[in-house]
Parts: sequence; structure tokens; C-alpha cells
Amino acid sequence: MKRQRSRWLELLLVVVVLTLVGILVNNLAVNLIRTGLGLSFEWLWQPAGFALSEHTLPYQPGDSTAWALLVSWLNSLRVIACSIVFATVLGVGAGAARRSLNPLLRQLAGLYVGLIRQIPLLLQLLFWYFVAFLGLPSEPLAPIGALIRLSNQGVSILGLTLSVEFSAVLVGLSVFTGAAIAEVVRGGLDSVPRGQWEAFRSLGIGEALGLRRVVLPQALPAILPALSSQYLNLAKNSTLAIAVGYADLYAVSDTTITQTGRAIEGFLILLLSFLALNLLINGGMQLLNRIVVHPAQRT
Amino acid sequence: MTKRRSLVALLSIGLAMSACASLGEGSASRIDLIKKRGELRCGVSGKIPGFSFLQRDGRYAGLDVDLCKAFAAAIMGDPNKVQYRPLTAPERFTALKTGEIDLLSRNTTFNLSRDASGGNGVTFAPVVFHDGQGLLVRKNSGIRSLADLKGQSICVGSGTTTEQNLNDAFQSLGLPYKPIKYQDLNQVVAGYLQGRCQAMTSDRSQLASARSGFERPEEHEILTDVLSKEPLAPLSSGGDQRLSDAMRWVVYGLITAEEMGITQANVDDKLQEARENPDLTKLRRFLGIEGDLGTKLGLSNDFVVNVIRATGNYGEIYNRHLGPDSAVPIPRGLNQLHRDGGVITAPPFQ
Repeated sequence: MKRQRSRWLELLLVVVVLTLVGILVNNLAVNLIRTGLGLSFEWLWQPAGFALSEHTLPYQPGDSTAWALLVSWLNSLRVIACSIVFATVLGVGAGAARRSLNPLLRQLAGLYVGLIRQIPLLLQLLFWYFVAFLGLPSEPLAPIGALIRLSNQGVSILGLTLSVEFSAVLVGLSVFTGAAIAEVVRGGLDSVPRGQWEAFRSLGIGEALGLRRVVLPQALPAILPALSSQYLNLAKNSTLAIAVGYADLYAVSDTTITQTGRAIEGFLILLLSFLALNLLINGGMQLLNRIVVHPAQRT
Repeated sequence: MTKRRSLVALLSIGLAMSACASLGEGSASRIDLIKKRGELRCGVSGKIPGFSFLQRDGRYAGLDVDLCKAFAAAIMGDPNKVQYRPLTAPERFTALKTGEIDLLSRNTTFNLSRDASGGNGVTFAPVVFHDGQGLLVRKNSGIRSLADLKGQSICVGSGTTTEQNLNDAFQSLGLPYKPIKYQDLNQVVAGYLQGRCQAMTSDRSQLASARSGFERPEEHEILTDVLSKEPLAPLSSGGDQRLSDAMRWVVYGLITAEEMGITQANVDDKLQEARENPDLTKLRRFLGIEGDLGTKLGLSNDFVVNVIRATGNYGEIYNRHLGPDSAVPIPRGLNQLHRDGGVITAPPFQ
């Protein structure tokens, strides 16, 4: 009896969900017909008609809008990938430091996490861009010889030149996500029984080695799932790059939508592009999960 | 139990959503909605001195703002029943399409793709300010023309025709350049002042008004190159003829009032004069004493009187915010009446 009733409830739920989707699709269709728009993607093959301040592949304003979107997608990918690397290093360092024996290190890491997590990311990005990077003099500063050159026109590290917009987004996203990752790492470390710490310390193993060989491997299963959602968050947060003039996918979509008036199609492409990007990150993390966590569970 | 409760919640969400879905339809004019609500929701920029800018007393003022007041006076008889919604350039069309605002009075360039049903599909009122795009540079930079900006960074607002014009100008000259795109005019100004760009570009009126807020305005100059013509006009979402007609004739009313010498100060005298003198048919029609011009539009028959009482005629609005004694003086140039050598004119009130 009970099972039968729950089946009816399930059926009802399916009907409700389908009705909702139906209403939304119908509403979209009705409005598209009413405004005489209809869906069309032909504008993708017309010349974009705007320049991009940075691009990894060759790009000119005469190229198609589709190409401009692809180039900007790569811009997004580039800043996301670099930020993930920096945020992870920063986060693992700060997370481990919060459980370090050194009180100064502990305090500093606590201050970093506390401060950064309380301030909205948009404000931080605006700060990094307008105050930190654009506040640099226009004549390059070279603190350590020619290795690093900093100016408000660009940042050059070992001859590799980065725009200030890219640098600001990179630093902003890394510092912000680093603080979140630090908490994830700290939580993971706390999930390892205290006895494990005491055990390696009593064996005379150093802090760093013990952390790397004893604690972290046991903490990883708790860290990885939360870590991958931080990475996904980082990817989504990268759309705030529009606030500091970085030519990412969202900023370029924004321009194409206003120029073509094709808001629905533009947003569909935007949604699918981010879905693809996040599936990429998700896939990578699952692979890592399989490699790192499962062998640990098997033993 | 919990399952049933969540089901009820789901069902009520569904009902709410279907209610929302049906709201988008309806063939009644927005004018009725505005009257019922007792308030006009007017999209403005809020960041351009002379056009729409927050004053010390917390009120918006400017040419675009006065137009919102004129529309409110025409529709509801009260210029103060306006709720201003500050919008960025990329937000404005979405806000209009979704019905968040009734109309937009926000330095928007009238062009084909925005007007056409296959484009943004909006409906423009007559042009209220003829502008052109220009470039602002530092006087000591040595930049005197477009060609001097070859390969340089230029700060520009994204989602604007400005961005396209900039590209057209440089592409036709075959010169490379680097656009640094921001969402908002304030950020464009900040990027330029911080030295990220060698030049910033926008409509010349906006450059003049932005420069008026600089610490040392005299150190910056607007290049003589004009990249485009930018006719700025208020607009409404497409497909609402009553609203777009009303907007069109409110603007023409402001212009006609200037042509006929009717001002905020003398409108009541003129009204008196027209009432007493049945031979002044043109004036009587215009002020709604005779005929049914206002009623035809779905407004009160004397809507012009309400509008002029609220804001004065077109020339008065212009001088109040952009005239020689205002904070942002911009020579009237093209924006003079046709008889004075400009391009501002209105079809007859007949």
C-alpha cells in the first residue's frame, strides 16, 4: 500500500515538473511569436565589428561573432586555469598554516582567511584593479632587476607580458578562492584523528613531512569534493571580470547581445559555454578523485 | 508527511509561476498600467551631469530627467509621480523588455537595429539631443588626431554604439588600437584618469559633462574628430502604440511650445488669452481648448499645458541643464530650432 502511494506521488511530481517546464517553454514561444523574433543563430557568422584588447588566437574585428565568442571563451579558460593553480597553492598553504605549531603563521593565516572571506568578491576585484594595479606608475617598476616589471600598462614576468586586467582578475580570484580553499583544507585536516598527528610527532618525523606523508593522504577524501565545488565557484565567479574590463566570455557576450539584440540566443550560448567549462573542471576533478581517493580506500 | 508538505510547496510554486507567466501578456496599453499604479517608472543613467545626475538634495536632475517629468505630467498630470531607475548601458534594453521600467530616457542612440523588430524591437520618440562621438585626451599627451592614437589603449563603455563607432573609425583608417571595455561610464572615467588609457571615448556631451567633474578639467581636451552622429532619444518597448504616440507628441509639444514662444512663466497667460480669443485657433488647438488632439492620444486634452507648467518648453529645458550658465555648458549647435539654424523641428498639431 505504502509503496503504491509513493509511486502515485512520484507520478504527480513528474506531472508537476513537466507542467512547469511546459509553461516556461510555452511562455517563451508565445513571447517570441508576439515580438516576431523567433530563434535565429545567423548573426553568429556575421562580422563581430569590435576589437578585443587581448586574444590568444589571432583575431580581428572583421572575424565572425562566433570566432570572437570562442576567443573570449579561451580568455575565460586561461584566467580560470591560472587562478585555480594559484588559489590551490595559496589555499593549501594557508589551510596547513592554520594547523601549524608556529603561532605567528597560524595568526597570519587566520587573518587572511577571516579578512578575505568577509569582503564581497566584486569589491576585491575593483580594489585590485583600480587601486592596486592602476595605482602603479606608468613607468615600469623593476624591483628585482628585469625579472619582474610592474606598471599600470601591464605586468611583465620573465619577458611574459600580462595585461593589468588579466592580472587583477587572476590575483582577485586566486586570493578570494584561496581563502575558501584554506577552510576546506583545514576542515579536511581536522577530520584526521589527533592520534595520527601525535603518532608521527612521537616518531620524530618533521611537521612538513608528517603533513605530506601521514595527514594529507587521509584528509584528501574529505577535501576533494569540497575542493571541486570551490573550483566550480571560481569558474562562475570569473564572470565578474567584466567589472574590470577583462575581455572574458561574459563581457563579449554582453557586447554581442547589445549589438545584435539577440538576448535569448546569446544567453543560451553563454549557458552552454559555462556548462561545457564546468563539465571540464568536474571531469578533471572526478579523474583526480578516482586516482587519489580510491586507492587510499582500498588499502 | 514531509513528502506531502513538499508537494504542496511545489504545487504552490507552480501556481505562482504560471501566474507570472500570464502577466507578460495582455494587450492593454502601459499608459493604463502607469495611471493605475500612479507612478511612472523611468529608466535613466543617473551618472551624466546635465542629462541625469543625482543632486545634493538627493533628487535626479537633467535633460533626460525633465523628459521623464514631462511624460509623467502628460499621463498623470503630475511631474513628481516618477520613480527613477538608474541603469547601465547593457542593462537598459532588458529592463525595458521585461517591463521593469515603462520607458527609457537615457542617452540612447536612435539607430536601425535598435528600432527594427528583428533587432531590439523598441520604439523611439523623436530625437531630443543631437550628439556626436568624440575622444578625450590629456593636453600634454601630444595626441591631436585619431592617427596619433595608433596602437594605443582607449577606454570605452561596453554594450554601446560607441564601441562599434570606435571600431568603424579605426578599421577604416587601417589602424590598430586596444579597446579597454568597462560596463559603466564611471569606470571608463576612472580607467582614463588612472592612466590605463591614452584616451577615452563617448558622446561629446558625455565627455564634456565627465570633464566638468575632473579635478583639473583644463588639462584635458576633446579632439576635433567626430566619429559618428548620435541622435539621442527616449524610447519605449515596441508594440505599444498608445504609449509611443504619447511620448512622440509630448516631445513635439515641447518643441512646438518653444516655436510658439510659450514658456513655463507665460503658459497660464497664453491659456487665458486663447480662452478669451476664439480666433487663435492654432493656439487653442495646441493648448487643448478646442478640438480633441489630446483625447485622440489617450491623454487629457490639455496635456501640453500640464507639460509646459512642469518643465517649460524644449529650449528652457536645454538651457536649464546645458545652457551657458549651467554646470555643463554645451553650445546648442544642431539642437537649435530649425528657424535658428539647427535641426530641431516638430510636425503640426492638427
